[in-house]
Amino acid sequence: MANHAAVIGVGQVKYQTQRDDVSIAGLVREAAQNALDDAQLEWSDIDAVVIGKAPDMFEGHMMPELYLADALCATNKPILRVHTAGSVGGSTAIVAASHVQSGVFERVLTVAYEKQSESNAMWALSSKQPFATHLNAGAGGFFAPLIREYIQRSNAPAEVGMQVAVKDRLHALRNPLAHLHMPDIDLATVEASPMLWEPLRFLESCPSSDGACAMIIGSERAAAASPKKPAWIRGTAMRSEPTNFAGREQVNPQAGIDCAKDVYRQAGIQNPRKDLDTAEIYVPFSWYEPMWLENLGFCDIGEGWKLTLEGATSLPEGGDIPWNCSGGVLSTNPIGASGMIRFAEAAQQVRGLAGDYQVEGTQLALGHAYGGGAQFFSMWVVGAEKQ
Amino acid sequence: MTDIAIVSYAQAPMVRDAGCANEVELIMPVINEALQACGLARTDIDFVCSGSADYLQGAPFAFVAGVDALGAFPPIKESHVEMDAAWALYECYLKMLAGDIDSALIYGFGKSSPGNLPEVLSLQLDPYYLQPLCPDSVSLAALQARAMLDAGRCTREQMNEVVINSRRQAQKNPRAQLRKPVSQEQLQAEVDWIAPLKKSDCCPISDGASALVICRESQAREMGLPYARVVGMDHRIESHMLGFRDLTDSPSARNAAKSAGLHNNIEAAELHAPFSHQEILLRQSLGLSENVDINPSGGALAGNVMMAAGLDRIGSMAAAILRGDYKFGLAHATSGPCLQQNLVTILEAA
Repeated sequence: MANHAAVIGVGQVKYQTQRDDVSIAGLVREAAQNALDDAQLEWSDIDAVVIGKAPDMFEGHMMPELYLADALCATNKPILRVHTAGSVGGSTAIVAASHVQSGVFERVLTVAYEKQSESNAMWALSSKQPFATHLNAGAGGFFAPLIREYIQRSNAPAEVGMQVAVKDRLHALRNPLAHLHMPDIDLATVEASPMLWEPLRFLESCPSSDGACAMIIGSERAAAASPKKPAWIRGTAMRSEPTNFAGREQVNPQAGIDCAKDVYRQAGIQNPRKDLDTAEIYVPFSWYEPMWLENLGFCDIGEGWKLTLEGATSLPEGGDIPWNCSGGVLSTNPIGASGMIRFAEAAQQVRGLAGDYQVEGTQLALGHAYGGGAQFFSMWVVGAEKQ
Repeated sequence: MTDIAIVSYAQAPMVRDAGCANEVELIMPVINEALQACGLARTDIDFVCSGSADYLQGAPFAFVAGVDALGAFPPIKESHVEMDAAWALYECYLKMLAGDIDSALIYGFGKSSPGNLPEVLSLQLDPYYLQPLCPDSVSLAALQARAMLDAGRCTREQMNEVVINSRRQAQKNPRAQLRKPVSQEQLQAEVDWIAPLKKSDCCPISDGASALVICRESQAREMGLPYARVVGMDHRIESHMLGFRDLTDSPSARNAAKSAGLHNNIEAAELHAPFSHQEILLRQSLGLSENVDINPSGGALAGNVMMAAGLDRIGSMAAAILRGDYKFGLAHATSGPCLQQNLVTILEAA
C-alpha cells in the first residue's frame, strides 16, 4: 500500500500574455520560490524535483530540465521531466506524488510551466508531422468538429458555450493571478467576438499565457510538520488511448470515463456531483464544460449543458458543484502548466486557501487535465482529511 | 533491495538511417518481442512509460504516435518522459515501490537521421546565453576530453583502448551498429575530427527503439521466468554551467551509484559513454576496479539511439545477467552535455 502524500505548498505567478521581465528560469523559479514560501521551507529541504511542460517547441528549447537544474536548486538531486501533451501539468503532479508515495522522498518540488511568448504555440501545434495529414489549425481546429458533434447529439442551445465563457471570466475576477480580468464580460460581448472555429468564438477560447505553477508534495511526516493545512492526495489516475481509430468515441472518450472511475474508486466517491465540493476541470474551449460534466459522471449523457444553464457550476450563482472557481483554463492558459494549475487550485480549495473564490467548507475536490486529441487524461482527488 | 524483476528486453538493430520507418514501425516490433519473450500479454501490463524527444523528428508530440503501437484500447495507464527511457524506467520503479502497479512496459525510441544531431542537441543548452552560440554536442565533449587529457586523467592510448574494447565486445552483439574491429595502430593513424576527439572516439548516430518489461519477483517466479533483480536506482544532475563543473569528474554519477547500492562485487558495468574519454571518466568516478568488465554489449560507441541508449545499458546488463555471464552488474545512463545528468541502476542475478 502506498505511503500517504499531501500538497503542503502551492506557488504560482501572475499570469499574463508576456512575462518579458523574466527568463524561463526566472519564471519557473518565481513559482517554485512562492511554493517554498507557502510551505515555509528552504531549497535544501527539497529532495527531488519533477518538472513538466508541453512540447519543447513551445519555447524552442529541448529537454529543459538540463538548463533549469540550477534555477531549481536541483544540482546533486534527482530531476525528472514529464511530457504527456496537454495533460502534462496533471501527470507531472502525479509523478511527483509517486516520488513521495514510494517512500523514497520526503519532500518533492514539482513545477509546470509554459512561456508561450517565447514562440508561437499555434504554429508549434500545427507543424507538419511526418507521414500525417497537415492540419494547420491549432487545437481549436481539432476540437471544433467534436463540439459540433456534441451539440448535434445533445440538442444544446447555442448560448451554452457563451455562458461558460462568461462564467469562468466572472470567476477569474476573484483570482488576482488570473490572466484575463474582464469586468464587463457578458453574453453579448462573447457573442460579438469573432468566430474562430465554428461554433467557437474568440472569447470562447483560452488565452495564450506565460506562467508557472509549483507545488511541494510531502510525506505524512512532512505534512505533520507543515505550518499550513495540507491537501491530502486521495487518489490519482491516468489514462491514454490512441488519437484515431475506426469507431473511436471522440466526444465522450473512454479514457476520460475510465480515468474518472479509477480516481473516484480510490477516493471513495460514489456520486461525483454530490460527493465532490468543487472541481478544477481542463476547459480550454467553452463547450468542454458540458462535455466533461457528462464524461466525468456529474450527470447523464446529453444533460451536461442543462447543468451549465442552471448555474450549477457557477460560484456567484451558488451552484452546488462550482467548476473552475479560479477562472479555469479559459482565463489562464500557459499550456504545460494549465493542468498543474487545476491540480493546485483543487488543493487550495481543500486547504481553505482559495481566497475570494473559496468554496466554503470544501472537503473533497477534483483536479483534471486532458491533452492530445482528448486522449490523455490525468486526475487527482484531494481531501481535507487523510482518508 | 527491491522485489522488482527485469524479465524481458528487446532492442531493434541500431542503424544509421531507418529510412521511411515511422515511430510505430520502429516501436511495435520491439514491444511485441519484449512481451513475447516473457509471455505477458499487453493487457497483463499495469503501466506503460516511454522516453522520446520531439526535436529528433522535428515535430511536437513524437510520443503520441507511439501510443498507436501499444494497442491502447481499452484505454491504458500510460505516461511519458521527454528524457532517455532509463528515466521512464525510474518512474515505473517508483510506482512499483509505491505499490501502485505490479508490472510495467518501458520503451524508448529515437530517429535522429532526419536532422543534424550534434546541432539539434545544442537546443538543450541555456536558451539565452549558450544556445545562440550553437555549440554542438561533439565540440562540448571535446572540451571535456581536452580537460581529461590536460589533467592527466587519461591518455590518448587509453581512449583508443576504450574504442578497441567497444568494437571487440560489439562483435558478439548482433544489434550493434559499429562492429568492425580496430587496432591501436589504426586509431593512432586516424586524423582528429574535433580535436582532441577523433571520429572513432564518438558514438555513431543511430536510429532505433528498445523495450523492457518489469514485474514483481513473485510473478516472475510463478511464471517460471528468469529475471534480473533491481537492487536499486537513483539519478542526479549537475550544474548546467560547464564552467561551474569539474569536467574531469562525475560526482552526480558517483552519488547516484552510492544511493542505488553500489558495492565491491560488481563484475560488469554498462556505461552510457557516448565518447571514449567519458568511459574512463565514469570508471574513475564510480571507482570501478580493473576487474570490472565494461560494456559487454559494446556500449554507446557501438550504437547510440537517442532516448533509448540509457535504457539499452540497463537492458543489456539485465540480458547479460540472464545469460548467466554475471551475478552483479551496474548500468548507467546519461543525459545532457558532458555527462550533466546521470542515472545508475544496480542489478543482480535472481
